[in-house]
Amino acid sequence: MDANFWIIQAFNGVSYGALLFLLASGLSLIFGVMRIVNLAHGSFFLLGGYVALTVIWTTGSWLLAIPVAALVVAVVGLLMERVFLRPLGFDPLRQVLLTVGFAYLFQQAALDIWGGDNLDIVPPAVLKDSTVVGGFYFPRYRMFMIGMAVAIGLMLWLVMEKTRMGAMIRATVDDAEMARGVGIDTSRVSMFIFALGAFLAALGGVIGGAFLGVYPGLDFAILPIAFAVVIIGGMGSLTGAAVGSLIVGLADNFGKALFPEVSYFTLYAPMVLILALKPTGLFGRE
Amino acid sequence: MKDGHAPRRKLLIVGAALLAVLVITPFSGSYVIVLVTHALIFAILAMSLDILLGYTGLPSLGQAAYLGMGGYLTAILATRYQFGLDWTFWVVVALGMLIGAATAAFFGLFAIRATGVYFLMITLALGMCVWGLAYRWNSVTGGDNGIVLPPRPDFGIQLADDLTFFYVVFGFFLASLVMMTILVGSPFGRSLVGIRENELRMRILGYNTWLHKYIAFIIAGAFGGLAGVLWAHAHGLVSPEDVILATSVDALLMVVLGGPGTLVGGALGAGIVVALREYLSTLVPWWQYVLGGVYVLTILYLPGGLMSIPERVRRWRAQSRGAGVEKSLESASH
Repeated sequence: MDANFWIIQAFNGVSYGALLFLLASGLSLIFGVMRIVNLAHGSFFLLGGYVALTVIWTTGSWLLAIPVAALVVAVVGLLMERVFLRPLGFDPLRQVLLTVGFAYLFQQAALDIWGGDNLDIVPPAVLKDSTVVGGFYFPRYRMFMIGMAVAIGLMLWLVMEKTRMGAMIRATVDDAEMARGVGIDTSRVSMFIFALGAFLAALGGVIGGAFLGVYPGLDFAILPIAFAVVIIGGMGSLTGAAVGSLIVGLADNFGKALFPEVSYFTLYAPMVLILALKPTGLFGRE
Repeated sequence: MKDGHAPRRKLLIVGAALLAVLVITPFSGSYVIVLVTHALIFAILAMSLDILLGYTGLPSLGQAAYLGMGGYLTAILATRYQFGLDWTFWVVVALGMLIGAATAAFFGLFAIRATGVYFLMITLALGMCVWGLAYRWNSVTGGDNGIVLPPRPDFGIQLADDLTFFYVVFGFFLASLVMMTILVGSPFGRSLVGIRENELRMRILGYNTWLHKYIAFIIAGAFGGLAGVLWAHAHGLVSPEDVILATSVDALLMVVLGGPGTLVGGALGAGIVVALREYLSTLVPWWQYVLGGVYVLTILYLPGGLMSIPERVRRWRAQSRGAGVEKSLESASH
């Protein structure tokens, strides 16, 4: 185990964390604003990948596939929130089961439309090579993933900190009842956040499709990892989602490389400990 | 209230339904026998979860963990040590309940403090820990492939015969149902309901609510472990598939679909979910639409589960019969 191992594994971990950030930031915001444990979030990720494939097959444009897939899935999320989740009111258990129901429906729909094969999203040739820095080979696609996550993260941060909508979201995360009291339309905030969460997850699905693949079952494979990120970072916090993604991305990579037999255990056990000791996570507020 | 015989009538209906299962199943096809056996095993798991969800108000998203512990214990003992394949089967049953209880005792230390959504999340995480070990700890669990069990135990009675195994599983199911019914009717069970309704008040009354919840958690774990032992022998294979999140979530659906806080509701829900997953899936490729649809419709339109239908019908009939009286009463009370 030389320096090469550590640097490459760290780079892989960070880039995987970047992908997780796209997936988990939305999940975290949804939880923070609506207190919903959204078990359909992995489905948004998977649907993003599938819709992107359809766009690529019909137009041949990978670049076009990214926004189209994200927007289509955002609309799906928006409808799901408006038509089904909103009328349910606040009841964690029923909300969870409802999102599971949708996860199963999406799974079946994806199987009917796109079939059961393992598919791959092929990025443009420019991104397929590696760049050599100081004697190390860094795959360009992973660099692109990191860049994308940083850009999205910055944009989210600007929206949250500098806009009126962002202020309304933060207020709702802190105290939804109080926010309603001062005249914030929390129902509209919820709608926006759920659609945004679906958008981000689908974006992750398109980008992750190139190295995770797109296949039935990916939805439930990736979902618990997203929850690990959200819980470690703290629900409802963007900074938390970023730090949590990095921790989980690195823990997953080094865990698999160093202790393959207990690698998932090393991922979920810290999640349990944090929940038991500080349920609000590293960056969540009381 | 008006009907003092209601509990007895309910007992009669449940008894008749169980008798029907016991009498009709043996004369059905061999496939139905296997299917009903699976449903009965999941009924034990669902009822164990109902103690938490329905009676104590703890929605656990990790009940499959105990199923997995019992199952893997059975499989490892059977394949490595050839233990539990004769009369020692009964020892394994006891050990399975013990490992379920012990796992729950350990998990409970972390989980019981949490409430509401946080309880959902922490039980999810604990369940994923067990899944992670099952999936990756190849040298013990066989990893992705799982462990294939030898033929079922033979202790004079040959469990390898599906019908005989059905009778034995039915016996376990009935015993579990009776034990859990006694439990929830006991003073301990009543205080669990009190905690569900208003934990703060129970604490003020001097109850150690943490301990009550902890013990309920352990008991649920023990029955989950029992279901695991039976499932290992029923399925003949233990794999990470048994402890995935979907198994835990399905157990929750069984309880909610049947009616939380009724025990038999969980059994009814188990029957329906197993029928959808194992039977409908062989008939039509689009069976998951039905499963997903059942989730969504139950949640939206039947919050009390199937067991609440008779009550709803009665109320609806009473309302339409005495609509005038009701209305005047209502206006008087406002």
